[in-house]
Amino acid sequence: MNMRDEPIVLGIETSCDETGVGLVRGHTLLANTIASSMEEHARFGGVVPEVASRAHLEAMAPTVESALAKAGLRFSDVDAVAVTAGPGLAGALLVGVAAAKAYALGLGVPLYGVNHLAAHVAVDQLEHGPLPKPSIALLVSGGHSSLLLVPDVAHDVISLGSTVDDAAGEAFDKVARVLGLPFPGGPHIDRSATSGSGTAIAFPRGKYDDGTLDFSFSGLKTAVARWVEARAAAGETVPVADVAASFQEAVVDVLTRKALQACRRYDVKDLLIGGGVAANSRLRALAQERCDAAGVRLRVPRPGLCTDNGAMVAALGSELVAAGIRPSALDIPADSSLPITAIHV
Amino acid sequence: MLVLALDTATPAVTAALHDGDRVLAESTTVDARRHGELLAPAIEHVLRECDASLRDVTAIVAGSGPGPYTGLRVGLMTASALAGTVGVHAYGVCTLDAIAYASGRGEPFLVATDARRKEVFWARYGDARTRLDGPRVDRPHDLPGELPVIGAGARMYAETIGPGRVADPEYPSAGALAALAAEHLAALTPERAAELARVPEGRIDSVEQARELAVLGPARPIYLRRPDAQIPGAPKKVTA
Ligand SMILES: [Zn+2]
Repeated sequence: MNMRDEPIVLGIETSCDETGVGLVRGHTLLANTIASSMEEHARFGGVVPEVASRAHLEAMAPTVESALAKAGLRFSDVDAVAVTAGPGLAGALLVGVAAAKAYALGLGVPLYGVNHLAAHVAVDQLEHGPLPKPSIALLVSGGHSSLLLVPDVAHDVISLGSTVDDAAGEAFDKVARVLGLPFPGGPHIDRSATSGSGTAIAFPRGKYDDGTLDFSFSGLKTAVARWVEARAAAGETVPVADVAASFQEAVVDVLTRKALQACRRYDVKDLLIGGGVAANSRLRALAQERCDAAGVRLRVPRPGLCTDNGAMVAALGSELVAAGIRPSALDIPADSSLPITAIHV
Repeated sequence: MLVLALDTATPAVTAALHDGDRVLAESTTVDARRHGELLAPAIEHVLRECDASLRDVTAIVAGSGPGPYTGLRVGLMTASALAGTVGVHAYGVCTLDAIAYASGRGEPFLVATDARRKEVFWARYGDARTRLDGPRVDRPHDLPGELPVIGAGARMYAETIGPGRVADPEYPSAGALAALAAEHLAALTPERAAELARVPEGRIDSVEQARELAVLGPARPIYLRRPDAQIPGAPKKVTA
């Protein structure tokens, strides 16, 4: 260990299409470098696992080197290595886990295999400082939609609800395709929606009043496709901006409603939103409005920390080191369906 | 010279240390589903067995396939990450070349490994050190006739190729991979060796590219197939 008060943690994230490498010291972000294979996936209309895995292998070593260079550090400065052990795409995770094990072994430092969702929660501390205990976290991306109760991100994260079908980001991608907008759909729908009306079309809100904290976006996606097809069949032009805005409104209405319900139910005054969909401008606006009305403090990390990245993994690793949690063995598996009860493996 | 070699391009997860004269330690475990779990402990094991540290290693060599991709990547990723921390070069050696080398044969033969989807990865050799054709990926009944076939692909498709042609070894050994690499490294100047290790852009995902492979090259995967992925047409209608 270096003679400093807080150890430097190298974080590696390869659960989907981004090769993310982060370096943190305690709650201080030193570097957050990303190589994305998104362009290679765009023409397929979604992430192709084999394409992602190939890209991770090629990008890993150069991305680690550029993160070190950016932070002005050398390999010998690294005190621990953290890696996403799951959940995510199995083949993609495996590349990151193999890399992390080799870095830990080669540097003679401890390894921490960590949970991707818990890392999305921990990363906010790099921007907004220590997370209040407890907090509620709403994590929304193309791969996951979860509501979590977070008594302590290093020790205890409880799942309150999740999507029963599509992830929220997935619904954005599918609706974008129906509207002829490019992949990934999120930013395009957000942009298109600014010139449309969120109340133009009353799309269904799945599981709106079912009493659970789960989500469902599959019915909404189908309803949008039906509505658009009916217009097209009648020879009418499709009002893309209104459809985008009304669809987006339905999604963020349900997301924020359930998140605030969770805050109320568990008497928690701090809500964190993370994941790629947290970049959606309407989600941020409506969440702020509803949090203000409910007396809840809202924390949303900046977009570069919301989407999948290595800093979030390093942030959680740093938390685990500080909590004195024992490192992972070098034979840990990558687990594509790692439950949130396993914050580290 | 201390060469650390590893191969995960077949169901065998294997690691070895070679000092330029002989194999000092070797570990082999056959488990097609646990490459990612077994490899790092296997490396620790061979280092411990000869009381060596990674700091003593002068080159790292990984089997570059061809082989089922998920396992293959574990070995190559491990080699390149380790090389970065130790400050040495990582090299790739075609896994089929290592199997051929281990056979010690002086007469022509084929190497075939499991490529899944009822196909084999294969190459044709003049002797244990000389690849004449391949690596390629084909159906077992398309393999050239007559010659003996070594590697697990021979056993899997013994009925198709004729049981009389099946020969050993079945899996690559990291010891043989290390010995082959050590032999080549000893014959190179440090400058030329460094040049070989430098990874050019891109991947080896076609037979044409693979045919140009030197025995010792950069640590990059030989895939031979492009990823399966369909470019989507218009969205499917939800209304009938
Ligand atoms: Zn994520």
